[in-house]
Amino acid sequence: MSDQVVAVLDWIAILCLLAGALLSLVAGVGLIRFPDLLSRMHTAAKPQVLGLLLVLVGIGIRLIPEETNVFNIGTLILVGLFQVVTVPVAGHIAARVAYRTGRVHADLIVRDELAERLAAKRRADGGGGPPETRA
Amino acid sequence: MNILWIAIGLLLGAAVLLGVTRMVIGPSILDRALSVDVLLASALTGIGAYAAFHRDPTVLPTLLVLSLLGFIGSISIAKFVARRPEEHVATPTEPPAPAPAPEEGGSS
Repeated sequence: MSDQVVAVLDWIAILCLLAGALLSLVAGVGLIRFPDLLSRMHTAAKPQVLGLLLVLVGIGIRLIPEETNVFNIGTLILVGLFQVVTVPVAGHIAARVAYRTGRVHADLIVRDELAERLAAKRRADGGGGPPETRA
Repeated sequence: MNILWIAIGLLLGAAVLLGVTRMVIGPSILDRALSVDVLLASALTGIGAYAAFHRDPTVLPTLLVLSLLGFIGSISIAKFVARRPEEHVATPTEPPAPAPAPEEGGSS
């Protein structure tokens, strides 16, 4: 592989890495500035995962001129796949626990469809018995 | 090109500092779990930047382990919080409620 191709690949890789680090910083800033647990969860899930994917792409491009092993690229793809699959699940469960244990500020929510659903279900059940608050 | 690598390191360091700040001031345990998640992703990014800088693929399995560890950690913290809803009454951000509302008990 000629030197010019390697230089171009390096520049692409370093731009990907820079964008990934910038998105990590965005996640940190959102973690500080947002007022609510749910909005903080938003910033912890989306920019962080996108930044990590960009960094993984950057590593892959940077490793191309070196001896290319299939397992390296496979590991990178696996890491990205695990992040994309697991981060929404973790965010969803944390948000659910936060809602069910009453840590969500109601005045910061524009429209609370879950509360309407729960109220409708409670009315349909006849109002008797303890309300279901399983978390 | 060297200055770009330094910029990457500085950005990641600033992100980690902000995450640690949220972990210190976070009002509830879920905020802290969330910031631990962000810190772990920042660590993933940093280790990846190391691997890219040295063209060194030996640390890539570490990325795999860390990405699964973060998931397990945040899930278990969330389940741990769900087990004891009475901790919610003791959070200092709320005025002292006279009695817990009937919706808050009853976690099986």
